[in-house]
Formats: sequence, structure tokens, C-alpha cells
Amino acid sequence: MNEKIKKASRHTNQNEGLIFEKSSPGKRAFELPPLDVPKAEPAKVLGAPHLREDIEGFPEVSEIEVLRHFTRLSTWNHAIDLGMYPLGSCTMKYNPRVNEFVARLEGIATEHPYQPQELSQGCLRILRLLEQCLLEITGMDAITLQPAAGAQGELTGLLLIRAYLQKQGNPRKRVLIPDSAHGTNPATAVIAGYEVANIKSGAQGQVDIEGLRKMVNEDVAALMITNPSTLGIYEQNLPEIAQILHAKGVLLYMDGANMNALAGITRPGDLGVDVMHLNLHKTFSTPHGGGGPGAGPVAMKKILEPFRPVPILAEKEGGRLALEPVRPDSIGKVKAFSSNFGVLVRALAYILAYGPGVRQATEDAVLNANYIRKQLEGFYDLPYSLPSMHEVVFSDAIQKKNGVNTMDIAKRLIDYGFHPYTTAFPLIVPGALMIEPTESESREECDLFIDAMKSIAEEAATQPEIVKTAPHTTRVRRLDEVAAARKPVLRWKPAAPRSTAAD
Amino acid sequence: MRYLPKSPVERQEMLAAIGAKSIDELFSTIPEKYRLREALKIPGPYSEAEVIQYFKQRAAENAAGYASFLGAGVYNHLRSVVTDTIIQRGEFLTSYTPYQAEISQGTLQAIFEFQTLMCQLTGQDVANASMYDGSTAATEAVLMAERLTGRQRVLVARSVHPEYRDVLKTYAKNSGLRIEEIPFATSGTVDVKALQGALKDDVAAVVAQSPNFFGAIESYAPLAEAAHAVGAMLVVAIAEGVSLGLLRPPVEADIVALEAQSFGLPPSYGGPFAGVIAAGERYVRQMPGRLAGQTTDFAGHRGFVLTLATREQHIRREKATSNICTNQALCALAATVHLTLLGKEGLREMAEQNLSKAQFALAELLKIPGVRRTFDAPFFNEFTVALPRSVKIVNSHLLREKIVGPLALGTPYPELTKHALVCVTETMPRGEIERFAGAVKRALEQPV
Repeated sequence: MNEKIKKASRHTNQNEGLIFEKSSPGKRAFELPPLDVPKAEPAKVLGAPHLREDIEGFPEVSEIEVLRHFTRLSTWNHAIDLGMYPLGSCTMKYNPRVNEFVARLEGIATEHPYQPQELSQGCLRILRLLEQCLLEITGMDAITLQPAAGAQGELTGLLLIRAYLQKQGNPRKRVLIPDSAHGTNPATAVIAGYEVANIKSGAQGQVDIEGLRKMVNEDVAALMITNPSTLGIYEQNLPEIAQILHAKGVLLYMDGANMNALAGITRPGDLGVDVMHLNLHKTFSTPHGGGGPGAGPVAMKKILEPFRPVPILAEKEGGRLALEPVRPDSIGKVKAFSSNFGVLVRALAYILAYGPGVRQATEDAVLNANYIRKQLEGFYDLPYSLPSMHEVVFSDAIQKKNGVNTMDIAKRLIDYGFHPYTTAFPLIVPGALMIEPTESESREECDLFIDAMKSIAEEAATQPEIVKTAPHTTRVRRLDEVAAARKPVLRWKPAAPRSTAAD
Repeated sequence: MRYLPKSPVERQEMLAAIGAKSIDELFSTIPEKYRLREALKIPGPYSEAEVIQYFKQRAAENAAGYASFLGAGVYNHLRSVVTDTIIQRGEFLTSYTPYQAEISQGTLQAIFEFQTLMCQLTGQDVANASMYDGSTAATEAVLMAERLTGRQRVLVARSVHPEYRDVLKTYAKNSGLRIEEIPFATSGTVDVKALQGALKDDVAAVVAQSPNFFGAIESYAPLAEAAHAVGAMLVVAIAEGVSLGLLRPPVEADIVALEAQSFGLPPSYGGPFAGVIAAGERYVRQMPGRLAGQTTDFAGHRGFVLTLATREQHIRREKATSNICTNQALCALAATVHLTLLGKEGLREMAEQNLSKAQFALAELLKIPGVRRTFDAPFFNEFTVALPRSVKIVNSHLLREKIVGPLALGTPYPELTKHALVCVTETMPRGEIERFAGAVKRALEQPV
């Protein structure tokens, strides 16, 4: 093992097959209290045609086996709790445990969305306070907490824009999206019924104002912009961009994925943004959980307020809160029930822990990104030299000369005990290394990361094979993704021969 | 601040290393006039104890301590503490989407097991790694059918959850889909004659739910026959997953949209839950959402990866099958652990207990003068009754006895005023069911 690898050592883990392979008839891990009413005979009550036969292959295991199975699987994952997770654009910050605790409280986790509103005032007050906090942080006028994730927030935002324009007589045809944007932006625009027109980034990685001017006309509904951009660069011209758009009746949508660079420092509402979403699982610390759940509240200016998804949280006499189901101009519902409430609870717990100190978190996040940038400049190519905010984007141009690409470097980072950064995104940077440390990393952890990156740069120059064949220390090596896609095996089947390779 | 791992000295040293005089310098690209000079007006900072106290106070303003007979798409079921123990492990809780397969095998194998469980339950070939919830799963299933058939007319049973239909309408509005409702028959299930009358070769999908919003169990074969006769697809939504422990899976369906909340997820005032789309293997390339697949590494070891990503937004952008990115992975993991704990026998027993308790509750209610069944189709753990007076008035009486009564159907279904949707799961003790029936009787006896 390379002595330069300071953080990690070879990870010991246990082999574990699929749960279906451990199953044995008659075992169980859960018992119900005895039935205290007369037993209904399914065949008699429902009729035999409605009944199912045996669920072939369904697991039959004991409690300790279940616990061990999933515990063993868990040890095959990297996690924030184990160390830095510098995925650019993903904001992998610490997920405070008290947030998990309060989301599970009796009276919070137990509440039914259709219970009477007089018995839901606690839930509604949580929603109200979160609304107020997010409005204060974004500088916007109104908000909906309903969207389940960022992409659904984007859709909600575009539907608000569409409804607003429609009300004025013409929903328009097109949404402008910079070529540095997340893939969700164009995918969302299509669902909202718009064509997508891509805007090329300027030489500095920012929106090219003159190019934009030429594209903005009465057929354009909105510009979707990420600020800071996916290059981690602050879009200085946002107010001017807003003016250009507004002059033609075009609305400005801000993708708030990178709000961790702005919270407490500046407010999109003051910059001319008309509507934006927030990713509570990024900026507001709710856990990513291996891919979700998230929440994607959408904050907006007054002009869009009448179109918010129902139900609307409203204040009544005596401070009582109510969910109002009917609004004539509403875009409708984007998901069943009020929201991903449990995620919202966690986000509010995070905000309350910081209070106005959210600003300090933002400052530390930007400090960490710039510290890493400074230390790695020269070792890695920096394609855009404008100041970085919360993340920094390098490219593999130097290492490519030795046949080492960003994916290889990312995989080698694993051997050093770090999760890779985001690879090959944004698309406008060939061979991108997109690094977002977040505020949750100590200087010590940042230094270890910097050492690892420098060491890999050296390896790429002197012994590129070790980088190109990484990782070397994981349970499995690089996996054959081509075979996985060509002949997809997407489920276990009882008839399949047992694999002995993993046992 | 306890979440921030830096001392003031370390911050200064890091700034010095960068070559910046102050932290403000790092924000110099933000024009001065747009920089906040005042502190944000938000409460806090709170210590951990204060955070807990705040939420305990809010919890006390809710319905803790009430017996509830609400279902309607969100169900209260027994959950093992083991589920929460597993999903709170940092390696699951604080990991990202498993794009880096070598250090995400735990999440990937768990997703593969989830997909397998969902296939086993629904009788379908493939299932995805999750959607936001049942309502968006049903909606995306319809969009999938639109892509597969190239048609834009959609027939949705009026007995499908009203909120699922609302979400479908929101998504359909701008995609050219034309949504039409198919009425329910006196049995409470889809009016097959009306469906046949509406079906033509321009229909992309027929959407039905089973058990449907009224709790009634649909027969899939006539729906599938009618749909397939004109080349339309049958989309079946399942809001109460526990029913699959007992009921025949919708094997006739082309696409199944399942809500997995009943598998170990608390009601949590409406979310987060987990939706699932399951379908025949031939449709997989039009499926939205992530999929985990089995493969091998260079050394031949079995491993798992996210696969068929060319359907997804991060690769295909405006040509993707959906805009979904973040899904409900941790909820899907909870469902996986929960179903593994229940196992074959446990799931069946839980389903049988639901059936028995709902039957018992109906029998108790039917003893009350003036109470009758609305529909006569077989039901699982939910059923609809007609009351001789307003459900809302009855429910306000029940509240005084610390009971959250059944859902009043009059709002979503004006034709069903004075009808109530009653849900009884295995969590409801006999004594509470009897107390509920007694309270309903007293409420109906109250002078107007």
C-alpha cells in the first residue's frame, strides 16, 4: 500500500449474498400481535379469483439475519459520516442527527395528511416558519413547499411561469438554458411544454450577454440560470440579464442548486430573479439517503403567487393556520398530499440551529473551496480563472497527456479514502473535476484531500497505470457497465444459477 | 457553531494561505450593493435541546393520542424498530446516489433487492429504484404509455385517488394529453361498459386503481381485455401495498404504479413516501427513473451498477424519459428492510389481519340504524358507508371522544355526500373499533 495514503487503509468487509439467497421456508423476522377479532376467510370474503398464490422467492429470514445483511451491505458504502464527499453540485454537507430525531417524534411522524386542520396546527406552524425562513433567505415574496425534489421544483417553477404568461394571453414557446446547466433543466422544460434553446457560455464561463440579447424575444418564456454557475462562478451580470429579459416580458428562473454559496450573503430576490427552487437536501442539510428523498420548494415574486400549487397555507383569524384547497388560477398539484413533510422538518431543524449564522456556513464553504483551489492550482488545469465560490472546477488536461482522465483520478481518490468529486460535469469543461468540499470539512480533512490529489497528480505523471486501474482497495473493482446495459439483469430470479463469485 | 469544524485561527490561516485579507474578499465578485449587510431575520441559533423543544411543542399541537380511521392513500401499519435502525446508519443515510459503484455497493445491492421485491409483489418483470410517490408514479406511467403508444387520449377511472388524478392533470396540461374520466358502477368498481364505450384506437392508457379509492377491489382481466382490444395500455395504480400480501397481483397490467408508503414508512403528514413503476421487460427502455443492474467487475466478482442511464436527464437532457433526478432512495431502503423483516408469512398475516379487522369494523357499523354500505364490491382494509347525516357533523362528535373519524367523501365526490371512507388496519385494537362504532352511534343519535 502506498505510504502516501494517509487517510485510508484497506477496508475489511464481509461477504454477503442477496437476501433471497439466504431465505429458508418458515423463517420470519416479524411477529404480529394475535388477531383480536374473528378471522375473516379470504376466499369467502373476497372470492378465490381475487386471491394471490404464494409469492415465489419472497424472503424468509430471521431478525438477526436481516440486521446483519443490511449492516454488512452498509459497510460497502462511502458516506459523509466516514469522510469528505466532495461531489460538486451535490453539497454533501453534514446531516445533523437531531434532525432525524425530531422528524421521528410522536406527533410529527405519526400525523395523517387528512386529519382535521385543528389537530394539525403543529405541522402547519412548522410549514409556516419554514416558509418564512426560506423567504427571508431568498428575498422572494411567496413560496410553495410542495415539490418533492429539485427537478420537480423546476417543473413547478416553469408551470408558474407558463400559467402567468398564459393569463396574459400567450404562454410563449421557448426556454433558454445555458450549456453549463444541469440536465434536469432541459428535461423539465420539455415536460412544461417548451422547446429548449441552448445558450453558449461566454469565454469566462458566464452567460454571454450579447448572445443572450439576440436570443431574447416575444417567443421566449424564461431563462433558466444556475447561480453560481456549475463552474462555481458567480453570475455577476444577473441584474442586467434580468433587465434584458424583463424588457421583453421574459421571466428569470434561478436553479438554486448552488444556494450554499449565497445563503446569508446575497438574495436572489434582490438580483431580479422571478422564481427559483431550493434543494433542501443540498443547502439545508437533509440527508441524501443514497439518492433521496429531497424537497424542492419554489420561491417566487408576487406576480406568480396566484398560480401556486394547491393547497395554499393561509393564516386565519387568531393566528390559526389552514390549508386552502381551492385557488382559481393554481397550476394544480404536483404531488399528492402537502409535501415531503418529513424532509421539511429536517430542513427547519437545520435552519433553527444556525439562525442568522447560516452566513457563517456559507463563508466556510467558500473558504474551503478557495483553499483547495489555491493548493491544487498548478497540479491540475484550471480552465476558467474567475474567482470560485463554493466549488471549483479543474480539468484533466495536464494528466491527459499521460493517458489519465478525470474518471481515473476520481477512482484513484477512492484508494486514498475519499469519495470522488463530480466527474465530467459541467459538459462545457472537457474532463472536468468538479470539487465541492462544503463547510463541513475541517482544515485537516481538506489538507488530507489536497495531499491525496497532489499525490495522484504525481502518480499520473510517474506511474499512470496505477491510476488508470484504480481503485485497488475496494470490495469490487471497476464494474462492467457496458455488459450491464447490453443485457440488463434488473432483478434476482429463483431460477438463476447461484453466483459463487461474491460468496 | 457546533456543526462547523473550524476555529477562528484556522479560518485566518486558511485565508492567509489563499492570499485573501478577509473573508469578504472571497465574495468580491458579488457587487457591493447586492451584498446583505444585516443579519437574516430568522430565529436561532438554537442549541440541540432548543431544537428538540421547538418540535416537541409543535408535536403537542397535533393529533397525538387520537385513534384514527383515516386511510385514503396513507396507511398506518406496524413497523419494526429494526427498519429505522438500519436506515439511520450513516453509510445509508449520508451517502449520495450510487454513481461511483465501487464504493456504493451497499446502496446498489439494496436497490437491486428492492427492485426484486417490487417485481415479486406486482407480478411484473422489472421495477425501478423509486419515484417520488404513488401519484407521480401513476403520472409518469401514463407518460410512459404515451411514448410507447404514440397516442394522447387517457381514460382514468373516477375511482382512482383524487390527488393522483389531480397530479396527472397538472402534468398532462402542457403535454397534449387529453384526460377523460370513466365512472364507477354501483359495485364501486370501474364501469366496464362505460369504459368500453369510451375506448377507441386513439387511447394511450386506461388507468385504474386497486383497491380503488373507495377500497373496492378491481378485476383486472376485463379492464385489460377492453384496453388491449384497441391497442391501449392498462396502467394499474396501487396505493395500499399491503393488499398485495393477499390479493392477486395485476399481471394483466402493462404498467404498475405503486405507492410503497405502507411498507414501513410513517404517515409523516403526507411524505416522504416512495413510488415505484413496474412493467414488462420490453418496456424498460421507456421507463423513467434509476435502475440498478447486476454485472461483474474485471476480476469476475458480482457487483451492481446504475444502468440504462441513457434514458435519464443527466445524459439525454431534453430527450430524457423524465426529468426525475433525486428519487426516494432511503424510503425505498426502508421498504426493502421492512418487507424483508415481514417475509412471506408476515406480509400475508398482516394482510389477513387488515382484512379481518376491516370486516369486523364494517359489521359493527352496520349494526347502527341507518348505516349502510355504499358499494358491494369486495374490499381489503377500506370501505365506504352511507350515513344518515353529514359525515362532517359525525366527525366533529367523534373528535370529542378523541377519535379522528373517516374521510368525508363529499368534497372529492359531490355525488357521495354523507358517504364516508373508513380505514381499519392491523394497528387498530378491537376495543378501539368498538369504541369508534359506539361513538358513531351516539353521534347519529344526537339531536340536530
